[in-house]
Parts: sequence; C-alpha cells; structure tokens
Amino acid sequence: MDSRWLLCSLDLVAGNGCTVSLEHRAALQTSMVLLKKNYKFHRVLLWGKVLGLNKDYFIAQGRGDDELVDKKNLYSFDCVDWFLLPSATESMIQEVSVVAKRRFVGDPSYVYEHVEMSGGQDGAVDSPVVAKVSEESRLAVTVHQIDEEASVVPRGAFVKSPRGLVHVNRSFAGLSDSQAKKLDNFFHFRKAKNPNKKSVLEIGDLSPAIDFLDTLSDDVPKGSWSHQCECAGNVCVLRSLLWLGLTFYHLPMTPQHGYIYMGDGTRNLNLPFML
Amino acid sequence: MDAKQDESAAKLQSVRSLKALMMTNSPQSNTNLYDHLTLLLMKVMDEHPHDAVDVIEDISQDVKLTFSEEKQNFLRDFPSTTAAELLAEKQRLLFSRPEEDEQEEQLMETLYPNVREVGFYLEQAGVGLGREEMQRIFLALKQLVESQALLGCRLWGKILGTESSYIVAEAQYIEGEEEEEKNAEEVAEKEEEREAQAKENEMYPLPQSTYKPPPAVPKEALGTGANKFVYYVCKEPGHSWVKLPSVSPAQITVARLIYKFFTGRLDHQIVSYPPFPGNEANYLRAQIARISAGTQVSPKGFFRIREEEGDEEDEVVQDSSEVNPDFEGIPVFEMASLSTWVHHIQYILQQGRCTWVNLAGKTGEDSNEEGEAEEKEEPDEPEPEVGPRLLDPLSKDSEMFNVPSWSSMVSSTLTFQHAVAVQRSNRWPGAYAYACGKKFENIYVGWGLKYAGEGYSPPVPPLPQKEYASDRKEIAEALDPSLEEEQELKEALDEQRAVQEEMEDIDDEDDED
Repeated sequence: MDSRWLLCSLDLVAGNGCTVSLEHRAALQTSMVLLKKNYKFHRVLLWGKVLGLNKDYFIAQGRGDDELVDKKNLYSFDCVDWFLLPSATESMIQEVSVVAKRRFVGDPSYVYEHVEMSGGQDGAVDSPVVAKVSEESRLAVTVHQIDEEASVVPRGAFVKSPRGLVHVNRSFAGLSDSQAKKLDNFFHFRKAKNPNKKSVLEIGDLSPAIDFLDTLSDDVPKGSWSHQCECAGNVCVLRSLLWLGLTFYHLPMTPQHGYIYMGDGTRNLNLPFML
Repeated sequence: MDAKQDESAAKLQSVRSLKALMMTNSPQSNTNLYDHLTLLLMKVMDEHPHDAVDVIEDISQDVKLTFSEEKQNFLRDFPSTTAAELLAEKQRLLFSRPEEDEQEEQLMETLYPNVREVGFYLEQAGVGLGREEMQRIFLALKQLVESQALLGCRLWGKILGTESSYIVAEAQYIEGEEEEEKNAEEVAEKEEEREAQAKENEMYPLPQSTYKPPPAVPKEALGTGANKFVYYVCKEPGHSWVKLPSVSPAQITVARLIYKFFTGRLDHQIVSYPPFPGNEANYLRAQIARISAGTQVSPKGFFRIREEEGDEEDEVVQDSSEVNPDFEGIPVFEMASLSTWVHHIQYILQQGRCTWVNLAGKTGEDSNEEGEAEEKEEPDEPEPEVGPRLLDPLSKDSEMFNVPSWSSMVSSTLTFQHAVAVQRSNRWPGAYAYACGKKFENIYVGWGLKYAGEGYSPPVPPLPQKEYASDRKEIAEALDPSLEEEQELKEALDEQRAVQEEMEDIDDEDDED
C-alpha cells in the first residue's frame, strides 16, 4: 500500500478487521517520508503487520528503480524507528521452513531451535544437530514468501520497459467493473513462473509489456482467493486464503490499488480441508 | 543551382509520396496513419505527459480505441444495473428517518448500542471495519431493532466467507419465539413420517436394521446455556436480517471436529467428515456459540453472580450473571494483565451443552423396567462433565499448542493516561476485547475458525465392524488335510468297509446255510 494513499486506503482494506490505530497512522506518515529520504527509495509502501504473541511488527517496503527486483524490507514496533531486514536467501528459506513452525513471538532476537537426532548408521549416536534461526531471519523469509505467493497487482498497473526494468504505468486508468470481476486480470508481483503455457490464440490478445506476470487464476488450489466487492460495493477486494490476512483492494476505473498483509505470518496449510 | 533544385524537388517528391502513403486508408480499420499520428500528437499536446516517449505505445492504443468508439456511437449500451447500484438503493433506506416518531425516539431508552463509540475505541486498538462501514452497521442494527421489536441487541462481529461475509448481531431472547421454532420442527418431522410411510407401502418390507444410535443429547432450552442469545446475520448493512436457528449439542460436537470456511450462503451444504447435521446456517450458529463461550470476556467485577434461591443442593453450577451496579472502572495498567478479565459466558462442555445431562440415567431406567431378571452390570455412571466456572479469570485459560490463550496490549505507549487496554485471543484469531474506564466491549472479526496449531488432522473414520463374532466354530480357520493324510484316511475307511462287507458276507452265508 503506497504511503501516499495510506490515509484513504486503510479504510478500504479494513474489511478484514485489522486497521492501524490513529497514533500509528500519524507516526507512519512522518517516518515513511524520512525513510524515503534516508534510503533513497523511489516509493515506500506499508507492507503490513505481522502479529506476534507479545508484540506486533510493522513492515515497510521500499522500492527502487526496478520494482520487481529492488525491494528492501524494514520492520518496526512503533512505526517510528525502522530496522532493515536481511534479504532472504535460499539457505535461509530452507532453515526457516524446517525450524520455525509456531506463531511469531514478538522479539527479533528470539532464537528458534530444532533438534535433530541424527542416528549414525553404524549404531553410534552422533551429536544432535541443532538448527537455530533467529526471529529476524524468520520474519525476512516470511515477508519474502508472502510476496512470492500472494502479492497482487491489477493488469496494466506495471509496465516492463524494453530494457527489462519494471516500473509503474503512469497511464494506468484502472480496471473496468467487468474486468475487475475476473480473476484473470490480476497478477502476482513476482518473477513469472508461467505454470500454464498459453495457446497462440490467447497470446495474440496479450501485450508483452503488460502481461509478463502470472495470473491469479493459475493458482493451485482453485478457490484460494476470495473475491468480493466491499464498502457499499465500490471496492473490489481480493483476500488470500493461503496466507490468511492478505488483502488486496482496487477501486475500479481509478488507478488506486494496493495490498497489505495483517496476520500472524503463518501459511494456511489446512487450506485443502477448508475449501 | 540546378542540382540543388533537383535534389530539393526529389526530396519534396519523396515527401509527397510518403504523405500519400500515409494517407492511404487501411482496408481493415478505415483509418490512415497520417490521421492517426495527427490525433496522437494532438493528444500529447493537450495532456502534456512528462514521459511521453516511454508510454507512446499506450497513448497510441488509447487514441485508436477512442477513435473507433466514436465511429460506432450510434447504438448506446443498455444501462445495466450494477451490483453497486442495487446495494446503494438498499442502503439508501438505512438513512431514511421516519418523520412522525422523532420525539418519541428521543425519549425511549437506547435499545441498540452506541456502535460509533465502540468503533472509536476499537480503532485505537487497531481493530475495526472502517468508519463508514461501522456507521452503516450502526444504522442497520437500528433497523433490526425496529423491525423485529427486540429488547436489546449488540454487534457481535463479522465472520468472513469466501464469497461474501456475515455481519452478526446478538439479541436478547424473547419468550414467544420458542413456539415458532417448535412448530417448524414438528412440521419437518411430520413430513419425514409421511415419506417413510409412502416408501413402506410401495415396496416389500425390507429387513430392519437392529442398530440403535446412541441417544441424542437434548437441545438446551432457548434462553439458557448455549442458546442464551438469539443471533441475526446479514450480508451487507442494508440487506434484511436473517435469524439463525438455535444450536443443538450434536452440531457443536461435530463443529469441533471439522475445519471449513464459510461461503456466505446460508443454505450451503457442508460436505465434511463427520457429516455435519445441518447446513451452513447451523454451522455458523455453532461456531458463534463456541466463539462466544471461549472469548467473551469482561473486566472483573462488571458482572456478578446472580444469587438464586437454592434449587437443589447438588447443583453448585452458577449459570447466570447480572450487571453489577457498583462497578467502578479498573485502571488501564491493571487491565493489561490477564487476572483482571473474566469470562461472562458459560463454557460449553464436552457434551455440547453448558449444563450436563446424564444420558445413561435414562437408559438405565428403561432396562430396569423391561427386564429385572437380567441384571447386567451397568457401566460405571458417567461422571458429570465439569468445565471452568462462570466468571473465571483469563489467567486460568490453558495454553494451546504452547501458545498462550491471550495476548494483552495497551493501545498507546506514548499517552498512557488515555490508553485502552486490549486483549487479543490466540485461540480464536480475530476475537478482541477492549476496556477503557467503565466501558468495555467484545468483538469478533475473522474467519470463524479456531487456531489449529501446526496442522489440522481430520478425524479418522472408525474401523469396519466385524461381520461375525470371532469365537464361533463354523468360521474358525483350520488347515486343510494334506494329500498323504487324505490317502491314509481313505485307506483306513476302505479297510473298514472291506472288513464290514466280509462280516456281512459271512452273515449271509450263515443265513443261507
């Protein structure tokens, strides 16, 4: 959610029940401007809130030249002081997925431990392998995973220039009402994996500058997105059922769109049972 | 000079031919490049985009679209009513004010809560549905109270669904409603009987099964226990409110075992194992009952136990509470800890009810009446189920999956004196309670599902029943005799027969002689 639209758009995503209190909103307005200046971001977004048992983390994301690649995540407890999160690497993702299973605690220095008894094949018991992961890296990996699996942008909002850079499309006028009802017109904002190769007929309608991302309708399992019209039917809202708490909003026929995550930072593994 | 003139003439000629080329109409779209570029440059002149060269393709496409639309503008689209327009019509009614009863309304007691105030405090806590939406819900609650003539109602919260969501209001139970429900149930039973009779008459009588299901736990009476309040739901403020049926213990027991999203349609069939006895309206009511029992909390001292004159000495259960008029607010610092909050809704026992019912007692009586000769050893009388008592503090709530049941926080760290203390439930993510001075409120905004830890494991179907009791001799397994044994047996039998025949022959010979 872009920091410039923060005031009016927080009400639009509030259908989930989570909003930001007035004090935090005022603090965000000030601190995001400072973040943009200090880190030299092009845009600063309020990415969302990860609820921990003791404290909640506010996450902000700064975007650089290439929106898809130049991303930096920061976290804060009071929306005033922000700390940089490390970027998620493959090894970090592996470690976190093994070790950290429960809810976030709320303390970035908390260490999750996972003890594996590696019994040797000769019968000798080796020393237990203890994998340790700090909550800070778990947070970085979670933010990265949510962006990979559940970020949403409407079709046409981002343009890929011939040099390969992705930037905001200034002449994006919004999806029409009928377009906003189809899940095909919403894309994941991540490196395209292209699960379904489209036929030549369909490719003819697409434009390579706009349609370089994966659509939401290719997500497995089908039905993992809840598509509704809220706020007196004016706003098109998409909620992810895989990461409960991620809400995407778009006002049709206007360029306003954004997504925010407000939840406990755990993937909903029970989704196949629940549909 | 001539050469230069020739060159310029040649250039002019090539320019003219290029212009002619550009002005040839394309056979498909009946426009030409020259006009298109003119329109394009006019648009750039009008709009002054600062990065025109980067988005030139989009501008070109826009020009093409508008040009083609203008050409085809003879037929107008039939204006179809969008969903937003329909909703706006309904919500317009929320804002209408009856002109006659203005003065009377001001004198009446407030039957509906001040949702604006509740929304304000919840916003401090970081919870809420947005200010305008809360205002619309406020007006919708007022409409509910007026249309149903309720004694009082409260905004319970919002349950999200995959296709649409439910806004839930909790209301006090009124006496006359019980009859309506009973009538509905009786009608349903009569219909079933008629169907069963019709089937019997048509076909030959089928063998009846001797399986008797365990006796169903009786529903709690309206106004007590899990059915203490009546719940109304609607999809959007402005739509009509639908009353949810009362909940039965069987529904609560099954709802504890399944884990399903709500779709937003009350008549949707729940496909699950164990099969849920009812449709989505019943499932919704069961989840509301569980959430209320688990997460409706109040500051200590707000409610006190209503002292009833003793009915029986055995029943120590205190199941009713009333507002304590002597309650003075508790300061915010203390409210941020768990010991100053108490549950004010009864806990639902394992059975599915709030007050325990001894089912074995009934069957025991029947068997005693029927056959006194057979004195079977009755199984040990089931012990009465006991749960946390009413008005137990939150600090007694047990941990689930190593996660404490509640997280407490204070809304503002900078302005302590005017902060709001908030309790957030970890068992039912989405349940919040806030307290500020003498005011407190509970609300639930979420998906209607309990925290399932790392993963939900669905209940396993029971083992298949054995067809025969295993200790009957006819189906006892034994090894078939081997070939040698059979031959030995045959030889032995042959010898016996031979001996017998000899004996008979000798007898015959003796007889003949």
